[in-house]
Amino acid sequence: MSERFTKSMARNIYLGGGVFSLLLFFSLSYHTLGVLPERDNRHNITPEVALGKKVWEDNNCVGCHTILGEGAYFAPELGNVYTRFGNSTEAIIGFIESRPAEGVPGRRSMPQFNLTREELVGIAEFLKWTSEIDTNNWPPNIEG
Amino acid sequence: MMKYESQAVAKPYFIAAIALFVGQVLFGLILATQYLIGDFLFPEIPFNVARMVHTNLLIIWLLFGFMGASYFLVPEESERELYSPKLAIILFWTFLIASVLTVLGYLLVPYSGLAAMTGNDIWPTMGREFLEQPTITKIGIVIVVLGFIFNIGMTVLSGRKTVISIVLLTGLVGLAVFFLFAFYNPVNLVLDKFFWWWVIHLWVEGVWELILGAILAFVLIKVTGVDREVIEKWLYVIIAMALISGVIGTGHHYFFIGTPEYWLWLGSIFSALEPIPFFMMTLFAFNMVSRRRRDHPNKAAVLWALGTAVLAFVGAGVWGFMHTLAPVNYYTHGSQITAAHGHLAFFGAYALIVMTIISYAMPIIRGQVAGSETTQRWEKWAFWLMASSMVTITLALTGAGVLQVWLQRMAEEPMSFMATQDSIAFFYWLRLAAGIVFTMGLFVYVASFFVGQKEPPRSITTE
Repeated sequence: MSERFTKSMARNIYLGGGVFSLLLFFSLSYHTLGVLPERDNRHNITPEVALGKKVWEDNNCVGCHTILGEGAYFAPELGNVYTRFGNSTEAIIGFIESRPAEGVPGRRSMPQFNLTREELVGIAEFLKWTSEIDTNNWPPNIEG
Repeated sequence: MMKYESQAVAKPYFIAAIALFVGQVLFGLILATQYLIGDFLFPEIPFNVARMVHTNLLIIWLLFGFMGASYFLVPEESERELYSPKLAIILFWTFLIASVLTVLGYLLVPYSGLAAMTGNDIWPTMGREFLEQPTITKIGIVIVVLGFIFNIGMTVLSGRKTVISIVLLTGLVGLAVFFLFAFYNPVNLVLDKFFWWWVIHLWVEGVWELILGAILAFVLIKVTGVDREVIEKWLYVIIAMALISGVIGTGHHYFFIGTPEYWLWLGSIFSALEPIPFFMMTLFAFNMVSRRRRDHPNKAAVLWALGTAVLAFVGAGVWGFMHTLAPVNYYTHGSQITAAHGHLAFFGAYALIVMTIISYAMPIIRGQVAGSETTQRWEKWAFWLMASSMVTITLALTGAGVLQVWLQRMAEEPMSFMATQDSIAFFYWLRLAAGIVFTMGLFVYVASFFVGQKEPPRSITTE
């Protein structure tokens, strides 16, 4: 790098640029938090949805699936599974309940989690609520 | 050979890092197999458990590597002994035992049982990608990191302050601060995701780049003998660009998770700049090596350093850019393209920088300027085996990803997820084969520490 460009100039770009970027990021985040209620469908977070998120986490569902595109890529996207399953929470519950404990020979298969009815309703309601978040139209189609 | 005796505390950290790296890669092989033979090790080690072990071991061994790097380079930069070598050893064992117990918990107890056992009901933080650790483990991580930063901070602040040590310390403080968001887990999934990225993105595309830059700059000063003023100027510009592009660049994760539309623009534009600091790092490394004033006998360390710069640029920079623009990401989000990028970025930037400092520091800790001829030959073999097979893994996953996106998201009659997975199995076989070569490369790397120990030591020649 040229001699005229000194170390202290470089340092000032780092400090100025870094601090400015962080402040801008925090301000944008503050704005985002303000407008999120119009998009994240939070008025529909019922106790069932809250329980469902807990069940989701306690069983590490994100270790195989993506949700809104984030997670592992081993099993289908679940952000829109409610619509993919014909807008039916019962279909989701039926699928989870019917997983064979010993798996399917040679194939990927979801473990049998032995969830209670309450937990099953929770997870289905959580996935229904998730499908109603405004995600800028993602995923591109029903297959997720 | 060491300038300061306390630099030796880095050794157990480096050994633990490499051991956990081996564990990470073995679980990677399990995962790659499960992609092809769905019921492999099922239900004993389901995919989600193996993946958790794979990713968590990665994070832990990199942290061990960063800590070892800091303990080695900070005394030398500060021109004084480490504030407390004893604390460093206590924290080492604490961190190692906590890590091993956590991984054993993943493997031996069903995850929901582990959650119940560790009080996840009281303060739920588990079950989120990369942050799967029980809440008590997370608290343990905070305690270890704070103790580590205290130790490093006391050394830096009471000794000679260099740009390298201050940048390193800033990166480490950032690492600790942003990790605190791991404890915030609101019921609202959108909010949860929003702040989850403050840990994940602001680590790997933010403060970790400061740590990476500082370690690379340190090694380049040592192996090239180029004037510190020149190297520090480069370091400042690189980390300036990293923060200017990367902080608002967080927006490329806010496209489709419920956050407002303006992130589509902000995230695309700023993250499109994220390759710049990595490109500069490549220019930097090659420039310094070509302007070297001494012929350091540790040629292997130079290779690791150049490899870091190149593969960080390709993996984090080029492969990141490939899918970072919102209209592209709309189709590629959460596909094998993401996995391809993740593999080469973590390997190129972070795994390699840790191996770079280990390559430079380990011989010195063991009383030599550089490893023997044989040691270095094995290291170079390890480098080329691991680097080329990781590039192959990345290309295979990219092939899988492009086809997946096409079949499942762009075709006129889109296929289901599982039907798509069956159609792209060829690429998963390719990935598994490359994974086996990578594992062989890793074993060569481990062996490099044991071969050629009886050969005569080497010395520095100045040109």
